[in-house]
Amino acid sequence: MVDLVLLGDVLAGTARLGTPIAFAALGGVIAERSGLYNIGLEGQILAGALGAAAGSFATGSALIGLGCGVICGLVSGLFLGYMSIRLRINQLVGGIALNLLLAGLTAFLSRQIFGAQAGGARVEGFTQVRIPLLSDIPVLGPSLFSQDPLFYLLIGIAVLAWYWLMKSHKGLDLRAVGENPKAADLAGVPVFRLQYLAISISGALAALAGAHLVLSQVYVFAEGMSAGKGFIALAAIILGRWSPIGAVCAALFFGFCDAAQFKLQFSSPEVPYQLFLILPYIASLIALVILGAKASAPASVGLPYDREHR
Amino acid sequence: MNSLVMQRRVAVALLLALTVGGFLILFDGHNPFAAYKVLFFESFLNYWGFSNTLVKASPMLLAGLAVIIPMRAGVFNIGGEGQIYIGGLFGTVFALAAPDLPAVLGVPLIFLAAAIGGALWAAIPAYLKAYRGTNEVIVTLLMNFVAIHIVSYAVAGPLLAEGAPYPYSKEVAEAYRLPIVMPRSDAHAGFVFGLSLALILYFWLRFTPSGFQLDLVGRNARAAAYAGVDQKKTIIRAMLIGGSLAGMAGAIEVIGLKYRLFHLFSDGYGYDGIVVAFLAALNPIVAPLTALFLAGLSAGAGTMQRAIGVDSSVIEVVEGLVVVFVAAALVAPRSSSKSILKNLLIGGLFGRQKHSKKKEA
Repeated sequence: MVDLVLLGDVLAGTARLGTPIAFAALGGVIAERSGLYNIGLEGQILAGALGAAAGSFATGSALIGLGCGVICGLVSGLFLGYMSIRLRINQLVGGIALNLLLAGLTAFLSRQIFGAQAGGARVEGFTQVRIPLLSDIPVLGPSLFSQDPLFYLLIGIAVLAWYWLMKSHKGLDLRAVGENPKAADLAGVPVFRLQYLAISISGALAALAGAHLVLSQVYVFAEGMSAGKGFIALAAIILGRWSPIGAVCAALFFGFCDAAQFKLQFSSPEVPYQLFLILPYIASLIALVILGAKASAPASVGLPYDREHR
Repeated sequence: MNSLVMQRRVAVALLLALTVGGFLILFDGHNPFAAYKVLFFESFLNYWGFSNTLVKASPMLLAGLAVIIPMRAGVFNIGGEGQIYIGGLFGTVFALAAPDLPAVLGVPLIFLAAAIGGALWAAIPAYLKAYRGTNEVIVTLLMNFVAIHIVSYAVAGPLLAEGAPYPYSKEVAEAYRLPIVMPRSDAHAGFVFGLSLALILYFWLRFTPSGFQLDLVGRNARAAAYAGVDQKKTIIRAMLIGGSLAGMAGAIEVIGLKYRLFHLFSDGYGYDGIVVAFLAALNPIVAPLTALFLAGLSAGAGTMQRAIGVDSSVIEVVEGLVVVFVAAALVAPRSSSKSILKNLLIGGLFGRQKHSKKKEA
C-alpha cells in the first residue's frame, strides 16, 4: 500500500508542477503555429505572476488577481508582437530582450508594490476544489480530482485550444499563416491581425502559468520565480509535436519527472536524481531526431513576413 | 545603411534606453544623473570596480564569440551555456586528474580539455543541423539543461570534495590558477586571453579563404554551393569553433575565479553571449567592447544600489531596453531579400545591414 500512497503523491505533484509548464507550452504552440517564436515565455510568466500577486494583494480577491495577471500577459504579448511583426526584429533576440526586460521590471515593480519586506506579502489564492464522486476514487481521486481550479481551467483551455486551432475556420487560417504567410495573404487571410491575436493569446497563457505559481502554489511573488519554466515549455512544445493536447501531455510528463525526482531525493538518495531531471530533455531530443522536426514544425516559424518581397 | 547612420542610430538607441531607465530611477525617488554617474565611474574608472567588470566580461566575451562564429555561417548557437558547463567539467576533470604538471603545460592543456568538451557538446547539434536539417536553436537549448544537470550530478557525486557542505569539487592545483592582471583584485588574465582570440578570429574571418567561406555560407548558401563550398563541413567547423570557445569560457570560470567546479557555476553567461554578439553586429573585434559594456552595467548595478539605494533591477530593465532599441534601430525601414536569410531561420537582422549596404552603394 505504501507504493500506492507514493504513486498518489507523485501524481498530485505531477499535476501541480506540470500545470504552469503546460499553460506556457500552450501559449508557445499557438504563437509558433502562427509563425512566431515566443522565446519570451519565461519573462511573461513573471509578468503574469506579478500581475496576479498585485491584483490579489490590492483587492483581496484571487479572481481579480487572475484577471490582472492575464492582462499583464496580454500586454507583454502585444509588445513582443510589435517587435516581431512590425519592427521585424529577429524573433529570438526580441524574446531574449523581453525576458531581460520583464525580469528587471517585475523585480523593480514588486519592490515598489510590496515594499522591501523580505519574502514578500502573502496574497489571497485559490483553494483546492474536490470534485464530488471522482475525488473519492482511490489514488487518482485525491491526486487528480482534488486540485486547484486552475488545473481544471488548464484542461478546459487545452481542449478549447485544440478545437479552435485544429477544427475551426479561424484556426485553419492561423495555421496557414504559420506555414506560408504569402499564400495565406493572397487568399485574403488577415496575416498580421491573426499573428497579433496569436502572440497576445500566447502571452496571456504564459501569464496564467505565472498566476498559477502565485495563486495556487506559493501565494507570494518572488523575483525570478519562473525559474526556467518558460524554457522548459519550449521543450514541451517540441515533445508535444506542436499540438495543444500533445504539448499539455508533454508538460505533464515534465511535471511527473520533476515530482518523481523530488520523491527520489528523499526516499533513495543513492540513485542520482538528476537522471529524472535530464529524462524529459533527452526524450525531447530523441523525439526531435527520430520523428524529425520538419514534419510537424510550422514551415515559416521564425521568418518575418514582408508583404513587399517575393 | 552606411556605417555612420548605423552608429548614430545605435547611439540614439543607447541614449533612449538610458533615458527610460532614468525615469524608473526617478520613480524610485533618486536622482538619475547621480545614479548613472556612480554606475559608470564605479564600473569603468574605479580600480576595484573595473576589476569586477573585467571578471564578468571574460566569460561574456568568449560566450559572445561562441555565438558570432556559428552565426556568421548561419547557425544560431544558443547552446553556449551548456558548452560552458561541459567545458568547465572537462577542464576541472583534467586539472584534478593531473595536478602535478608545470603551469606552462598544465594551463594550456586545461584549456584544450575544456575546448574539446565544449566542441563535443556542440558537435551534436552541428551534426544534426548539417546532415539531418534539425533546428539547431531547439537542440542547443535543450542540451543546455542536460549539461547543467550533468555538472550538478558530477559535483554532487564523483567529483564531490571531501567534507563539502554543499556540492562542489576539490580545488584545482594552485599552479593552474590564471595570473591576476590587476594586483590584489580578482581580475584574471581571462579577458586578455579572450581579447587575443577575438583578434585572431577577426583576421581569420577577414583575410583567409576558410574564414570567408563561413560568411559565404551564412549569407547565400546557394551561391556558396555553386562556388564549390562544402556547406555541411563549414557549418560543422563553425559550430565546433563556437563550442570550443564557450568551453574555454567554462575553464576560465574554474581556473580564473572559483578554482573549483560548482553546481550552477555559470550565471547565464551563455545567454549574455547572445546579447554581446548581437550588440557587436557579429563582428569579433567589436565583441570585447560590447562585453565590457554589458559586464560594466551588471557589475555597476550592485554598486549603484549600495551607494545611492537605487534598485539594481533597474539595470536589468535598461539591458533589455538596450537590446530592444538597438535591434529596432538596426532594422532597415524595409527588409531585404528573404531568400538569403531563409537558411538563417532568424529574422535576418544580422545579414541584413551588410546586404543593404551593398544595395545602397
